Amino acid sequence: MSAAKPHPDTPVVSVRDLRVYYGTPKGPARAVDRVSLDIRAGETLGVVGESGSGKSTLGRGILGLLPEGTGLAGEVLYKGRNLVTMTKEELRRMRGPELGLIFQEPMTRLNPLMRIQEHFEETLRQHHPKLSKDEIRQRSLQALGRTGIPPTRYKHYPHEFSGGMRQRIMIALALVLEPTLLIADEPTTALDVIVEAQIIRLLADLKRTSGTAVMLITHNLGIVAEACDRVAVMYGGKIVEEGNARQVFADPKHPYTRELLASTIALETRKLHTIPGAPPSLITPPPGCLFHPRCPDAMKICAAAAPPEEQLEGRRRVQCWRHSATGAIPAGQNAPLGREEISVAFEA
Amino acid sequence: MAGGGSSLKSYLLVRVALVIPTILILLTLVFVLMRVAPGNPVSAALGGHVPEAVIKELTHKLGYDRPLYVQFGSYLWHLLHGNFGTTITDKREVSQIILINGAATLELTVAATLIALAVGVPMGLIAGRFRDRPIDAASRIFGIVMYATPVFVLGLMAQIVFGSWLNWLPISGQASPLTTALLTTHTHLLLIDALIDGNWPAFWDVLRHLILPASTLGLVFAGVFIRLVRVNVIRTLKDDYIEAARARGIRERAVVYRHAFRNALVPVITVIGLEIALLLGGAVLTETTFNWPGIGHALYIYLQNRDYAAVQGIVIVFGLVIVAASLIVDFLSALIDPRMRYQ
Amino acid sequence: MTDKPDTALPGHATLPARPGRFAPALRRAFRPVAEARGFARAMLWTGAVLTGIFVLMALFAPWLSPYGFDQYQAAGVQFAQLAPPSAQHPLGTNVQSTDVLAQIIWGARTELMVVALALVFSLTIGVPLGLIAGYFGGPFDRLMVLVMDAMFAIPSLLLALVIAFLLGSSITSGIVVAACAITIVYVPQYFRVLRNHVTSVREEPYVEAARAIGAGPFTILGKYIFFNVIQTVPVLATLNAADAILTLTGLGFLGYGVQPSQGAEWGYDVSRAVGDAASGIWWTTLFPGLAIVLLVTGLTLLGEGLNEAINPVLRQRATTKLKMEDLE
Repeated sequence: MSAAKPHPDTPVVSVRDLRVYYGTPKGPARAVDRVSLDIRAGETLGVVGESGSGKSTLGRGILGLLPEGTGLAGEVLYKGRNLVTMTKEELRRMRGPELGLIFQEPMTRLNPLMRIQEHFEETLRQHHPKLSKDEIRQRSLQALGRTGIPPTRYKHYPHEFSGGMRQRIMIALALVLEPTLLIADEPTTALDVIVEAQIIRLLADLKRTSGTAVMLITHNLGIVAEACDRVAVMYGGKIVEEGNARQVFADPKHPYTRELLASTIALETRKLHTIPGAPPSLITPPPGCLFHPRCPDAMKICAAAAPPEEQLEGRRRVQCWRHSATGAIPAGQNAPLGREEISVAFEA
Repeated sequence: MAGGGSSLKSYLLVRVALVIPTILILLTLVFVLMRVAPGNPVSAALGGHVPEAVIKELTHKLGYDRPLYVQFGSYLWHLLHGNFGTTITDKREVSQIILINGAATLELTVAATLIALAVGVPMGLIAGRFRDRPIDAASRIFGIVMYATPVFVLGLMAQIVFGSWLNWLPISGQASPLTTALLTTHTHLLLIDALIDGNWPAFWDVLRHLILPASTLGLVFAGVFIRLVRVNVIRTLKDDYIEAARARGIRERAVVYRHAFRNALVPVITVIGLEIALLLGGAVLTETTFNWPGIGHALYIYLQNRDYAAVQGIVIVFGLVIVAASLIVDFLSALIDPRMRYQ
Repeated sequence: MTDKPDTALPGHATLPARPGRFAPALRRAFRPVAEARGFARAMLWTGAVLTGIFVLMALFAPWLSPYGFDQYQAAGVQFAQLAPPSAQHPLGTNVQSTDVLAQIIWGARTELMVVALALVFSLTIGVPLGLIAGYFGGPFDRLMVLVMDAMFAIPSLLLALVIAFLLGSSITSGIVVAACAITIVYVPQYFRVLRNHVTSVREEPYVEAARAIGAGPFTILGKYIFFNVIQTVPVLATLNAADAILTLTGLGFLGYGVQPSQGAEWGYDVSRAVGDAASGIWWTTLFPGLAIVLLVTGLTLLGEGLNEAINPVLRQRATTKLKMEDLE
């Protein structure tokens, strides 16, 4: 559907060193802390992490859709321009036709006093003022059709639809503008399992039908395995591991990814695996590697210094001392970290 | 409007059915209140003015010596037939009071509501939109001070400034005696009557009399609307569909006007209905301050004359008007907000 | 927005009140007040100061007031009637030759006494009724709701007026009459708010849990629900007190409630001034009027400030604007 497909290897969006800090009376909360990533055309990138890992903030930060007063720095490069330094008005024009966003909770995302038709008309008129009434109708029905909403329901009000159908409408409302990148923020968390599968299939089909790149934010690893080409694992506002989804799942390099995979419930699950401890404070993060207080593989160095990012084979990267270049760790620092040392280090 | 009509109709029926017990209890409440006081309505009104024998006779004639439940039954029976009773002191039909004095009150309250909306809604919208900016603080302070000002204080100050000092506007009554004498009665609403006759001097005279009382009552009520609209705008601007509209790149102006303002104003309709109670209460004070011949002023007079029958009739009318208003408001909001019809 | 760092944000007023004793409950209730910022803080302080001034006036009326509230002469010399403000009478005198300033100072005592009394009455009736109706439900609840709704259908001033009118002949103390009239008006409000709050809290998981471990209904009401629900009362009580002053002065203006021989009442003072307006005499209306406006404004600001500090929907997110450069 969309115009000339860019070369598959050029990223449509490049995020460089993105920081998003929320101001709190106790100090800044580093919700996204120096994140870099590329999303390529027609690619589905899964972003996974626990609650509070900064994955939703990352999605909103790319669109500049953050509460007033939030600190934002770094680069979000899109077609050679940095979204972070754009004016509000320029950014507003980008939202919709270039970058779409769909949300976790579809029930409340449509204006209850407006018919579905009015939502589409408003959206299309905003970005394509020259479209005729018929063209608007045609494009809207086509978008709705792709998401499985029959044309007979075009004039209905939001409350006449179920949650799953509303999410389809939200997707259609994003697709009707043919965005280059669609950010889906936990689009199925509020839906039941069968509807979830349908929505995920719909999103996965997008790249085939329109070449739209999708950034799928989720805490559900099953969804990533099913629908994503690549996966980025977030912990404490940082991307700790990124790579081809199959490779990462088959051979996780970061201990956190490994623990996360082990905690998922599968048919053969007999005993529930959990990661002890709690996600790190974003205001007073632990020194060194953010994961070291919970890491079963922690070494002395992990509590002292943040690990550098290592590029591995096949566009894979990981932030973990275990995978650092030989000689990076000073002598003696690779001894296992005792538990009491963790608490001391954490309080220091 | 898929099936909207029929569900609206059934909603309407249910809502009406729910009102019946409320009205019954209201009637009982008023009846009990008026009868727990010592003495009976006749002795209260006429005691000390006329001989004991006359009171006895009148008490019997009006049936106040029957058992209470019989009185209650006949009272309900009369109400059912639209008979609100007769005053004891001046033998007026309460329904006549409602018709004539009620028209004056209607004129005053409608004008006051229009002024309250015209002042309060825009101020509330702006205050909510520009939350915590100076204009918000100014609107809120204005709203609070207006709310805190009794209508009689504002009314008297207006009388002193615009009537006494500047001599711009009349400070008492609904029209000058000449106008009242010359105007033919069509609706009891003087403004409308003057319009029907095409009597422009009379219209101007009535309008001049209306300005101070209506502005006084309207300004005090504007405070209520400022507060309400402001909170609704703030709440609506936090709604998820606002963020979703922003995420689709809708212009901020359109987000605010089309989404936030429109949705924030729906509850205002409900509140207009609820405020009718307050407005009628305020009307009693405004009418007394401006000597406005409304139903509230009539109530004040009958209270002073200790005329229980009149007070009972008028209080019931006030109650019924308020119940009816809340009913109408519910229908209106059901028409506007499609969700309501399905609840 | 699952992974916004909610835990890092301030203000935990949304946390359900855990069953507790009085001190922690109080501390919990006052935390948002201490944390209030900006306009809410300004409202709280202005409201507290204004209200405080009138409370002091009421407490120390005999020492503050130049004359008695019904004093129309000094040392055998009658005060001038409707005298404009002067050194002898800073705010002038009224049609009955009494000093306007004295009326205002003594009036503060009357207003606050009636409102305090009405508050005690309506809380002792409205709160238990609301708690019980809301928690147990059933026919009692339905009947109470109907009765209270019917009372809502009568304009509050009118209801108060009728009650004051009816009680006026049997109770001599005007203060008690006025307090009773106001009580009848506000009981339905406390009832309604409490009842609705209890019905929503009743199904909360922590109450369910208490029920599951075998706590009796009155234990649950007293320990689990009361402290949670009672937090809404200060805001409501302050705002109702403001409204009650307006009702009381309205009653006084119409000649009901506190009688002129029993104490000074601002609404009654203004009603005495109705005849003065036509001749342009302003001090008899303006000064008692200002007293009403200031006290009601003070109480409203206090209530609104509290509401804003406590109510999470209204509370401004306490974000500090961040300058990224400072953090590198």
